[in-house]
Amino acid sequence: MEEVWAALLRSVIFGTPILIAALGNLLNERAGVVNLGVEGMMAVGALAAFATAQTTGSGGLGVLAGVLAGGLFTLPHAFVAISLRANQFVSGLALAMLGLGLAGLLGKRFEGQPLLAPLPEMPFVYLGFGLAVALWAFLYLTHAGLVLRSVGENPAAADLLGIPVYRVRYWAVAAGGMFAGLAGAFLAVSYRSSWTEGMTNQLGWIAIALTIFVAWEPLRAVLGAYFFGLLYYLGFALQDSAIPSVFLQALPYALVIVVLALVAWRRRQGAAPEALGLPYERGRR
Amino acid sequence: MAEPLLRLQNITKRFPGVVANDGVSLEVYPGEVLALLGENGAGKSTLVSILYGLYRPDAGQILLEGRPVHIGSPLEALRLGIGLVPQHPMLVGRHTVAENLALGIGSPLWPARRIVPLIERIAQGYGLEVNPMARIADLSPGEKQRVEIVRALLRGAKVLILDEPTSVLTPQEAQALFRVMRELRQAGKSLIFISHKLEEVLAIADRATVLRRGRVVGSLAASEASREKLALLMVGRNVSFERKRKPAELGEVVLQVEGLEARSNRGPLALRGVSFALRAGEVLGLAGVAGNGQSELVEVLAGLRRLEGGRVLLAGQPLGPNPAQLFAQGVAHIPEDRIQMGTVPSLSVAENLALRTFHRPPLARGWLTQPAAYRALAQERIRALDIATPGPATPTRLLSGGNIQKVILARELAGSPRLVLAVHPTYGLDVGATELVHQVLLQKAQQGAAVLLVSEDLEELLALCDRIGVLYQGSLKGPFAVEELSREQLGLLMTGGNLAA
Repeated sequence: MEEVWAALLRSVIFGTPILIAALGNLLNERAGVVNLGVEGMMAVGALAAFATAQTTGSGGLGVLAGVLAGGLFTLPHAFVAISLRANQFVSGLALAMLGLGLAGLLGKRFEGQPLLAPLPEMPFVYLGFGLAVALWAFLYLTHAGLVLRSVGENPAAADLLGIPVYRVRYWAVAAGGMFAGLAGAFLAVSYRSSWTEGMTNQLGWIAIALTIFVAWEPLRAVLGAYFFGLLYYLGFALQDSAIPSVFLQALPYALVIVVLALVAWRRRQGAAPEALGLPYERGRR
Repeated sequence: MAEPLLRLQNITKRFPGVVANDGVSLEVYPGEVLALLGENGAGKSTLVSILYGLYRPDAGQILLEGRPVHIGSPLEALRLGIGLVPQHPMLVGRHTVAENLALGIGSPLWPARRIVPLIERIAQGYGLEVNPMARIADLSPGEKQRVEIVRALLRGAKVLILDEPTSVLTPQEAQALFRVMRELRQAGKSLIFISHKLEEVLAIADRATVLRRGRVVGSLAASEASREKLALLMVGRNVSFERKRKPAELGEVVLQVEGLEARSNRGPLALRGVSFALRAGEVLGLAGVAGNGQSELVEVLAGLRRLEGGRVLLAGQPLGPNPAQLFAQGVAHIPEDRIQMGTVPSLSVAENLALRTFHRPPLARGWLTQPAAYRALAQERIRALDIATPGPATPTRLLSGGNIQKVILARELAGSPRLVLAVHPTYGLDVGATELVHQVLLQKAQQGAAVLLVSEDLEELLALCDRIGVLYQGSLKGPFAVEELSREQLGLLMTGGNLAA
């Protein structure tokens, strides 16, 4: 019994970075902006957090640096996708590649160092859960949340009422980046307590898929993320069993495809914000 | 009379190549309904956009309660007390009525819940039925319109602009709207009612101001106005209101539809056992509120949607498997969305005219196209239907709606189609273009084509059709001979009622 609890706890811990990144992505998608750069923002956040924590000796400062780095790093995407009204998918992909490359390059000198003062994992687990509840409350109970959702559904209608569509979208994208940075920081200063290139391990992509899977609902994201955490845990735990480990490790990714196919088949895509991925230009309807 | 609430003085707005508003002056008094009449392109929409802060006038000024005002944005218009009920609702479909109305003015916490009492107070005060908890997407066009009216009132509108509000309503819903408008007038609001339906203007307005080519050509009190007078002002010539269709000799059955079933894009059945027969030389009208299966029926007949049950026979033969073969069988399709579906907007007039026959001589020889043949075809059709275009090589997206429709008519009706599917063929067209479309459709019927006319314009259906059927939630009522139907009966059928036996 205790083993089961331990396994579930590990799953929840591993699901936490997925959850946090997915919540951020959910936030900017609810405002109508797709950001495929989650993986890159996580990598940048992870490196910034590790470098800061290692040089200052403070894990807390590291987390703060990760959050800020994620938020700042996403601004080029915001500018291109919102102000220039370019293709959001292409711009987001570029951000993902740029982030991974940049973090890899700048992180060379930290490669392989153990973190001197790592942070415990559980506070991040509580934080992730708390953020999910807070995001739900923000979206559904506050006027600011209503504004954000309206901008993602029908920006023209919001614009007519004097809602600053672009400003709302910029903040949403920046917040999405900060969440991704936080997810990366958790990996660097707590979960792994080290920096290695590619340590985000495609979790950003899982987070994007999870957003669709949970139909853009923050509370459902909690369960979804922990479920993916469980799959990862099984991938590690059953490494020595008869099932080839390559197969187990591929499981989460294979499941993403299955899940997306299921979602499309059941037409749950209908839950997507109506203006998702569509640049807004005044006077064009 | 009291001071006007809103006064426009010499408003002029130019766009490249056109003067949309040319020295327009008008005034609205508190507690009156002013009708603003005009054909498409007369400058009504531009004037509304200026009043709502979407455009800035090049000259002239706007006075509100005697003070000159600048309206820089819709929000400023709202703050000044000018509300717009747009033709197409600007609401968030997935949100509730309360959420939509709280947007921008709700309290920081629980914005939707806290605005409900305000909504209810306004709704009761003016006899507007709205359910604050309903989702917008589940509402009928009339209900969405009421939400827009409540929104304007919530923000303290003194002047309410209603932009062609009845174009999406059934006659019964229009009557309900008029009741609300009378309540608002009673309460001292000023209403600007934009329309080109003369009966409605005569029914509700206190005064009417008529625009033609950007200028005010007349302003008269409702008591001195008549249909003929208003039409003369609007169009600049006399318009006949006679029934256009003469009883015709009907030929053989061209289209036989039996127990037709089809699904909508979202999955459920949109057509539940529709049966009718259409004869050569006959014009059959299909009325109904949008979304009751009209689109699906036409798509099945045009080969664009799969049939789930029943059968369709065209001159005794089953339908071909795709639109191209259907066209070869003699089915012409004038689609609902004339720009995206009826044409390829970026292709030239000549290319759009050739879309049905580009693969056959003389337009193609082997696998080579024949540019000279394209030009010849285009020039002939442009002349025949008087299509206003700079030339055959102009992309159709640069043409006006009426001329795009002419391109489609010229292409689809060029051969001798056996069956013509015409969906909202005159929607948004001005009087001249509308007359031409009607003429062409009737002429095809006279030449022996069977015409299926889907329209929301009851006047049009009553003027052109021999029989009219009504689609309601996927079931067909009728068709009934047009002589036995009134507008009111049609409206009743469209909202799910039945004719008393």
